[in-house]
Amino acid sequence: MSFDFAVILAKGPQILSGLGVTVLIWLAGTALAVALGFVVATARRFGGPLINLVLMVPVEVLRGTPFLIQIFLLYFGGPYIGLRLDPITAGLLGISVYGAAYYSEIFRAGYQSVPPGHVEAAECVGFSRLQTILFILLPEMALLVLPPSMNMAIILLKDTALLSLITVPEMTMTVSAIGSQQYAFVESIVVLALVYWALVELANWLGRITERKIAKLSVT
Amino acid sequence: MTWYLFQLLLQASLMTIFVSVLSIFAGLGFAVLLSAMRMSGNRVLFGGAGLFISFFRGVPLLVQLLLIFNLLPVIGITLPSLATAIIGLSLSTAAYQAENLRGGFEGVPIGLVESAEMAGFSRLQTFIYIRTPIALRMTFPALVNEAILILKASSLVSVVGLVELTKMAQNLAASTYQPLPIFASAGLIYLVINLIVAFAARRAEDALPGLPAK
Repeated sequence: MSFDFAVILAKGPQILSGLGVTVLIWLAGTALAVALGFVVATARRFGGPLINLVLMVPVEVLRGTPFLIQIFLLYFGGPYIGLRLDPITAGLLGISVYGAAYYSEIFRAGYQSVPPGHVEAAECVGFSRLQTILFILLPEMALLVLPPSMNMAIILLKDTALLSLITVPEMTMTVSAIGSQQYAFVESIVVLALVYWALVELANWLGRITERKIAKLSVT
Repeated sequence: MTWYLFQLLLQASLMTIFVSVLSIFAGLGFAVLLSAMRMSGNRVLFGGAGLFISFFRGVPLLVQLLLIFNLLPVIGITLPSLATAIIGLSLSTAAYQAENLRGGFEGVPIGLVESAEMAGFSRLQTFIYIRTPIALRMTFPALVNEAILILKASSLVSVVGLVELTKMAQNLAASTYQPLPIFASAGLIYLVINLIVAFAARRAEDALPGLPAK
């Protein structure tokens, strides 16, 4: 038994390209998921009971089924209803919609945490709905939604690995392909695990710093 | 999409349930052990548990499963894919459950621990008879959450060759050229299982004894 990591590390540029795709899909997917999740939560909060109910169904379906099944359905099933997407687009769309369901629940909990009196007070002094959201609700719930949002971003980072199964050329696919070509599969997976571990710890660390900064701002 | 195909998916979902249930409880056992290591006061055990938790929470489950599946044979251990799947899922969930349990252990009223010590319980006895049951009760909702996560995450064990719901759906989609209805049906089965678990958990929560007052 001998491990040969040199043949893997010799493919540095390819590994970096996979890492780049992973990070780009992660950042773009998380940003889209946050935006869409916020829209969904806001529509559910202010759109009346019907919109709330109509949006509840997709959110619960997305939260109740595995991400893997969702991307298989999108990528392999999509072409049968005329939705022919290339892997990267399908992956990005998949992770954004999946993430949006979870972010919408985070924002929903955030909205619920703000005392109704604060919203009523804002309305009394003539704030529009948009002003109420921007200047009362968002700042008040920021501290509460930040930790679960950071957590979710890290979950999404790890879930990008699944996109290798629909042939997105991200890190898992790139590095395991190098491993197969070089007859060093175990070594390639060890390298892969270490890079993900470092990325997640880095993201955790950045999250903690951000939380501390925001906490300082909101002390009154 | 015929009734026969749906039945095949339903049969495969029994394997999903079997693997998930075993992994959740094996993971809970590991998690209690990890918590004991962290509270032991021994720096090596503390550091070891911390490293384990950080690794299994920091690496995607897919990569963990590929690692276990490919590494074990190299070091001379060959296991059937069922065993690999359960080991992979339970190690991963153990790391998350240990984090959940930490909150539970911190919430155990100090007075109860002190009374146990006054009554002559050793540290180990206090851990087994006082701290652990209360921490488990306090973190029951988190355990249910984790159970639902594992049910969904079990879809990944298809990569180590175990034929459960997702792998069966993949096989059927490839052989019938009907990925749309087949993956949709698989998703529906996962959804129904999760709804049942969530419903049963709410019932169980009501039936469980209440928490000790602070």
